[in-house]
Amino acid sequence: MAERLFTWTIWLSAALVAAALVWVIGDLVRLGMAHLSLDFLLSVPRDAGRSGGIGPILVSTVLIIGVTLAVALPLGLMAAVWLAEFTTRGNALGNAIRLSLDVMAGVPSIVFGLFGNAFFSIYLGMGFSILSGGLTLACMVLPVFIRTSEMGLAAVSDAWRHGASALGMTRSAAIWHILLPAASPAIGAGIMLGIGRATAETAALIFTSGYVDRMPESLLDSGRSLAVHIYDLSMNVTGGDAAAHAAALVLIALIVVFNLLAQWLTDRWLHRRLIA
Amino acid sequence: MINQYQTPFTLGSVNEALTCCVPEPQLEVRALSVSYGERRVLEAVSLDIYRGCITALIGPSGCGKTSFLSSINRLTDMLPSARVEGSVRFDGREIFDATVDTLQLRRRIGMIFQKPNPFPLSIRRNLELPLREHGVRNRRERSERAEQGLRDVGLWDEVKDRLDSSAMALSGGQQQRLCIARALVLEPEILLMDEPCSALDPMSSAVVEELITRLRGRYTIVIVTHNLAQAKRVANYAGFFWMTERVGKLIEFGQSQRLFEAPAHALTRAYISGVSG
Amino acid sequence: MILSRASSLYRWNIDRTLAPLLLLAGLLCTAILLLIVLFLSKEAWPVLANGGWRAFIADNGWYPREGLFGLLPMLAASLVVMLGAITLAAPVGLGCAIFLQFYSPPVLRRGFRLLLSLLAGMPSVVLGLWGLTVLVPLVARWQPPGTSLLTAILVLAMMIVPTMALAGAAALSLVPAEMISGAAALGMGPRSRILYVAVPAARRGMLSGVLLSMARALGETMVLLMVAGNVVQYPHGLLEPVRALTANIALEMAYATDLHRAGLFASGLLLTLLVLVLAGFAARSLRYG
Repeated sequence: MAERLFTWTIWLSAALVAAALVWVIGDLVRLGMAHLSLDFLLSVPRDAGRSGGIGPILVSTVLIIGVTLAVALPLGLMAAVWLAEFTTRGNALGNAIRLSLDVMAGVPSIVFGLFGNAFFSIYLGMGFSILSGGLTLACMVLPVFIRTSEMGLAAVSDAWRHGASALGMTRSAAIWHILLPAASPAIGAGIMLGIGRATAETAALIFTSGYVDRMPESLLDSGRSLAVHIYDLSMNVTGGDAAAHAAALVLIALIVVFNLLAQWLTDRWLHRRLIA
Repeated sequence: MINQYQTPFTLGSVNEALTCCVPEPQLEVRALSVSYGERRVLEAVSLDIYRGCITALIGPSGCGKTSFLSSINRLTDMLPSARVEGSVRFDGREIFDATVDTLQLRRRIGMIFQKPNPFPLSIRRNLELPLREHGVRNRRERSERAEQGLRDVGLWDEVKDRLDSSAMALSGGQQQRLCIARALVLEPEILLMDEPCSALDPMSSAVVEELITRLRGRYTIVIVTHNLAQAKRVANYAGFFWMTERVGKLIEFGQSQRLFEAPAHALTRAYISGVSG
Repeated sequence: MILSRASSLYRWNIDRTLAPLLLLAGLLCTAILLLIVLFLSKEAWPVLANGGWRAFIADNGWYPREGLFGLLPMLAASLVVMLGAITLAAPVGLGCAIFLQFYSPPVLRRGFRLLLSLLAGMPSVVLGLWGLTVLVPLVARWQPPGTSLLTAILVLAMMIVPTMALAGAAALSLVPAEMISGAAALGMGPRSRILYVAVPAARRGMLSGVLLSMARALGETMVLLMVAGNVVQYPHGLLEPVRALTANIALEMAYATDLHRAGLFASGLLLTLLVLVLAGFAARSLRYG
């Protein structure tokens, strides 16, 4: 009897969560589908966004993420390579860097917004700009990306490191030609997850890349990302609900695509590990 | 090239191999000891390796034979807690000197591992990447050397149509032959082989063993092996390792004929008759 | 001979310069953390220096224009929302984890996991939007205005449930199968096996998941901004509006100057400290249990 009750409770909790997701997605679709159209994706927002579209906003979003990747990718990869290839378990410096990355990973996003505002926007004089927002997001995304890439590299078989060394290859050559390609699906998955997080981020961008909804002319222009646009429409614009829901659907679609890519890349990585 | 259709190897037949009889040793090992952290695995090994000869190292697992090989090409530099003491002179020059270019050293002394470790790249790239790294810039030349290497190990006919496919898709025996080819294209002087056949099935094992016998004379070979019959047949010199007081030591070393037929040490006698008896 | 002496020297230099270059990149990342601490402290200094932080506790109410920085009501609100969300999400998350690991038929397993990932990946602003347009009117029918503690707790719980479920499932999957089948051999039914053997064995990973979710809930801004009501008061009723520390920063940063701005930065520092303490406990529980 207790057995039955238990089973029911377990199924109930799963059903509850599934129902919650269905409810949310259902409402979003119900409230936003009508407003969606190709025109919506391409045209300029009018009437504070109540009508028109999200064209410039999509451009700003892409630019912000572009800046984030341009900074986080090389810096993060280099740090990950150092941690994976040049430190051993007990290395004090390596552990200190890992600890600082773990701490950074825990900082709330609004605090990153404060930091971005104080450092990039004001101290470095970038003002409210795509550059400012992208750099702030890069700081947010770095810790997880570095840890994922480090794990990917550490999982690559030592046999190849020894083999390359026995052939008289430099470590640089081994890392560049053999190890990084072997770890690339894991690294790719890390990139996708980082992009997903950056796309969803709102609080860190409000005070760094700003609110302007015009088409940005340069990286120093202010531009609002899709997430910020949704926030603005829902909180500051009465009657902006339909547009907000449509934008939310676009945002979710983007994130689903990124996550699927990450999943596919991770599967490829596991598959490679198995046949290696 | 006459043999090309009878056998895939282009290294020539066993009988044509030059015999080794240069009196000066190519490698002189004196009092070599290896420790990993606190644990000593090899104690005071001294022996000579002669040019063009096959030297077999025999003995049970765990006696430090792999550590011995890893010291010769300074692969121990890469292992985190490894400490090496003693001296190894290669053509008269001490290899543990700080000024030695280890990359050059490892080109001249190649290593084949127990478990085949082709890179997760195409077959072509496996062979051409080390060549590129060692300064062969001409693409034609790299391609030609790679092909020659594959012919030397008898792989050319088997893989010539899929040079750009992944090396990981090859069978175990093919992978090991690829690894040998990869070492050979760099034109080494010495080949260190750590039980190259033990991870292979019997058929592949036989093919690789035949390949090794053809290498004699052209290359100096130091091979760790558990196949005493093969060692007896093929090796010019043999060294017997044994573990005493938890540390590996070299018990006996000399011409292989004598070591196998009339071993001077009781332990050697016991091991040989016990394993192959 | 293949190579010349010159090229070997060139290669020797590459490895020599590689390690320091990479180390520099690693140190740069650490430097970012130091910059964060530095700039937050710098901006918060006016408040912190003059014993201003005491004002956070002693002042009566948050009226920054008049120089009153009592943030206890907001801190309390943040904590209560977080605890409420955890209280709801932990049992449900545990149930989902058990479902995923033990009860789900293989056909459903992959789909349910995908569902959880989708919910986990849902941007907080979208959940906030949904809360604002759907939940708030619902709650408002009970008692206006609808934006309240309860709404915030519900939406936040929805946000953290999937991560807890996935972390819990991962922890359960690490429990050795022999342990569970051993329990079965002793005649324990599924309920007992799971509750008294598997879950206790997985408690380290689960506790870590719970603590991390708590840290995430404490640091959440958008949801609280949109559905909690933003009235500065102690949380004294489920259906009363409250303002969280995070939402406060987001609301007032736009026009805060001087001491007010410093106060916001100081509250940001406080928030980070709390979150890091929780994350620290999470890491320790993973190691020591």
